[in-house]
Amino acid sequence: MVWSVSAKEAASESDAVRAGTRRVIEIRLHSRGGQGGVTAAKMLAVAAFLEGKYSTASSFYGAERRGAPTVSFTRISDHEIRKYSQIRRPDCVIVMDPTVIDAVDVTEGLKPGGKLLINTENNIDADKFEDYEVYTVNATKISLDFDLKVAGAPVLNVPIVGAVAKMGIVRLDAVRGAILKMFPNEKNVAAAEVAYKMAAML
Amino acid sequence: MLLFAPYILLAFCGAAAFCGALNIVVVSMVEVLGKEEHGGMKAEKREVRGARWLAAVPEDEYVLKGNSACAGCTAMIALRYALKASRATGRKTLLLVGACCMVVCEGVYPNTAYNVPTLDTAFACTASMASGVEAALKSFGRRDVNVIAFAGDGGTVDIGIQALSGAVERGHNFLYVCYDNEAYCNTGMQRSGATPLCARTTTTPSGKREKKKDVPRIIAAHDIPYVATVCPSYPMDLYEKFKKALSIEGPKYIHVLTPCPVSWRFPTSKGIEMGKLAVRTGMWTLYEVEHGVFRLSAPSRRVVLNGDVLPVEKYLRAQGRFNGITDEEVERIQKIVYQELERLKEATARRRLW
Amino acid sequence: MQEEVVFVTGNEAVARAVKLAKPNVIAAYPITPQTEIVEVLARYVESGELRSEYIHVESEHSAMAACIGAASMGARVFTATAAHGFLYMCEMIFWASIARLPIVMANVNRALAPGWNIWAELKDAMAHRDAGWIQFYTASIQEAYDTTLMAFRVAEDRRVMLPTMVNLEGFVLSHVMQPLRLVDEAAYDEFLPPVRIPHALNFERPHTLGTLISPEHNFLVQYDNNKCMRAADDVIAETEREFEKITGRRYRAVMKYRCEDAETLVIAMGTLAREAEVACDSLRDKGEKIGVLRLRQLRPFPKAFAEEVKRLPAERFIIIDRAYSSGYGGILAEEVKARLYDLGIIKEVKSIIAGLGGQDVPHEALEKLFMDKQGGETWYGV
Ligand SMILES: Cc1ncc(C[n+]2csc(CCOP(=O)(O)OP(=O)(O)O)c2C)c(N)n1
Ligand code: SF4
Ligand SMILES: [Mg+2]
Repeated sequence: MVWSVSAKEAASESDAVRAGTRRVIEIRLHSRGGQGGVTAAKMLAVAAFLEGKYSTASSFYGAERRGAPTVSFTRISDHEIRKYSQIRRPDCVIVMDPTVIDAVDVTEGLKPGGKLLINTENNIDADKFEDYEVYTVNATKISLDFDLKVAGAPVLNVPIVGAVAKMGIVRLDAVRGAILKMFPNEKNVAAAEVAYKMAAML
Repeated sequence: MLLFAPYILLAFCGAAAFCGALNIVVVSMVEVLGKEEHGGMKAEKREVRGARWLAAVPEDEYVLKGNSACAGCTAMIALRYALKASRATGRKTLLLVGACCMVVCEGVYPNTAYNVPTLDTAFACTASMASGVEAALKSFGRRDVNVIAFAGDGGTVDIGIQALSGAVERGHNFLYVCYDNEAYCNTGMQRSGATPLCARTTTTPSGKREKKKDVPRIIAAHDIPYVATVCPSYPMDLYEKFKKALSIEGPKYIHVLTPCPVSWRFPTSKGIEMGKLAVRTGMWTLYEVEHGVFRLSAPSRRVVLNGDVLPVEKYLRAQGRFNGITDEEVERIQKIVYQELERLKEATARRRLW
Repeated sequence: MQEEVVFVTGNEAVARAVKLAKPNVIAAYPITPQTEIVEVLARYVESGELRSEYIHVESEHSAMAACIGAASMGARVFTATAAHGFLYMCEMIFWASIARLPIVMANVNRALAPGWNIWAELKDAMAHRDAGWIQFYTASIQEAYDTTLMAFRVAEDRRVMLPTMVNLEGFVLSHVMQPLRLVDEAAYDEFLPPVRIPHALNFERPHTLGTLISPEHNFLVQYDNNKCMRAADDVIAETEREFEKITGRRYRAVMKYRCEDAETLVIAMGTLAREAEVACDSLRDKGEKIGVLRLRQLRPFPKAFAEEVKRLPAERFIIIDRAYSSGYGGILAEEVKARLYDLGIIKEVKSIIAGLGGQDVPHEALEKLFMDKQGGETWYGV
């Protein structure tokens, strides 16, 4: 990593910005405290990293305690990421817990044409999200089918990240790699693969 | 005005109502009321007594809807009943809250969930700030206020013990309450001096190697007018002790064992049960020391005096924080508890804790 | 040799650096947002991965006091804190530097109560600006890790012997996960010589640390302190060059970004400087000649700053402050202005106060602030 960039080098990097190669993909995840939103954000970042990209993962820490709606973030880029401010205009929003939709405006700031992934058992009202490219997956069911549980609750992050691969944000093999790094267990990989297959665009 | 804004946390919800978390707690309270052990009292009689007691407790709520306590938090019950007891004395309440869970539970500016004037303090100095508050009231000639300081075990037995010792020695007229969830819960469950032997915390991942510090005894050694231990699983006992404490002039100290579902790792519905187990196994003893005279409280009397005691294993195995504890360790804790019960028996005979 | 890369938070990165440095004694107390450092280190010690004595102190005053006790015996020591913990240590913080003990501390910058606020602000560290500690301010997780590794060598250098703090901003660095390139243990062992504190207590030639002292001697102690602090500037530069040899990562007291032809020079510390780089890129695209100069070190105030400012063509300076001295000004802004005066540079200076109490400062907002031609002091968002 080069820390001191001369004007000339930087100028060419700046051309790259214009060409769009220096773009940062910004992802926001909505979940509830204790559902593993932070872990999902990290898993996505690790997957991107395994693809040779640079990535960061973080979470908003407020005074909320267990069960409150929380947001986590992932940023992915071809270059070192120097943005530390909050994500206001995400390219992609992931809703891990559909009940959050009633509590917060999940599409707030989402760029028109941006991608939206919702974990749901039911059909969702497509009209509500017509400005976006909407994907759904029943991550809860997949998690239960594979018996992925922590403290009795289904683990959603593994299938969710599998579904994100379907949206073309990270590659499935990178997701596999990330899961194996974080939870070395084939069952988790299989669950992610099923989620990849099941995830569908509205 | 704007400059002082963060200081003046206004109570926005005037009307009293319970939050979701408290509702759960209230249900279990009604459940336990009838069952509270009072010697050999008959079930019906107990129920009647419970109902009569509940009717006498002020209905006003000073812990409001929207507080951010976790579901099943028992510390909130202690605070709620402390404030009701203060109301019952007919005086006003001035509350101080140390840096701990109970300050986070107030919520975020400009809201606050506590409907009494409240001064949030730095971590180490709850008792010193209370000294100042009490001195100011004295200088104003006001005798119609109960000054109640509320702090966690970390803020009391560790970082705040110097301030507490100083304040009670100086004889300030205030009630200091330590709610003891046996860890630094607000920062995510690190060990404190009040964490029991063998409990797993994030800074003692293989179990704490030292015993719990006995702070009620240390404060009792200051020879102050009133020291008591309580637990929200015994709400009548808790409420009556708070009321009594507030009727006494001078420094008072109440230590509340408050089982915490998050840090102790038990289901949120089991807080009351956990407190009862603590008392029934002798891991926690309810007593009071009034003007130097030691007295066991009813629920602990049968445990200490009649040997009606459950094995500690029942208590330990019910909590995730003791996961992986060995039989030898259980044995060791059991031995310590028996020694402690023996000591309390002697104290009862002498009517002196020291 | 293949470099190992992990994906961790800033807090864990610091703990991993400490593990490599193998301190004899660690004494620390939890406080948000630093707690994870304490927890990870406790785990390393309990699992035997790190053979340090870990003291679970009952307060931060005791944490620093225990560090002082251990260092007085010649031990390598580490602690970590934040905000109120740091302020609660205050007496011992000054003690450590006057006693010339090479204690290393990570401080996770956080705002101050009342009105509890756990988010980033630099006031906790700035309040101890004159305490005689070497102060580093980092701007990525990698940098927090690398700087912690270097801090032990700088602090323990015979020419320095001063306590050293590594600052990382709360949440934006402490809780964000980024890829972290690890330093090889053998290479680091070679980089960091064993600790030797010449004035440590010993039994061969018994002496007393901290007896009464006359005004003359006290004066000399302080004179000496400053001399070594000044010397530290060169030692730090030397250490950074050595570190570059083993890792290929280049750190300097003053980090420049597109400064060479810049007419406007933004001066900042920590993550706000990185965010300013993003704003700078965008403004460059629009034809503005702007660059960012990031200070990695506030004490000793780097000589390199004067050298660069004399050399660079900038006509206008914009200084971003994440800490404020009430009734005076942005703390960094005032320091920079004093330096410019020393150099005889009288140019336009604009001071931006932003990010206090964890205020979110996006690059778009910085861009607007940089373009605003008004001089003087601006409080972002007010
Ligand atoms: C001087 C200082 N050090 C550390 C902290 C961080 N801190 C805030 S609350 C807390 C733990 C509180 O523990 P306890 O008093 O037991 O209350 P609980 O949160 O468990 O209810 C800590 C360590 C602080 N606020 N001030
Ligand atoms: S962590 Fe425990 S003590 Fe703190 S609010 Fe939650 S339940 Fe109550
Ligand atoms: Mg506690």
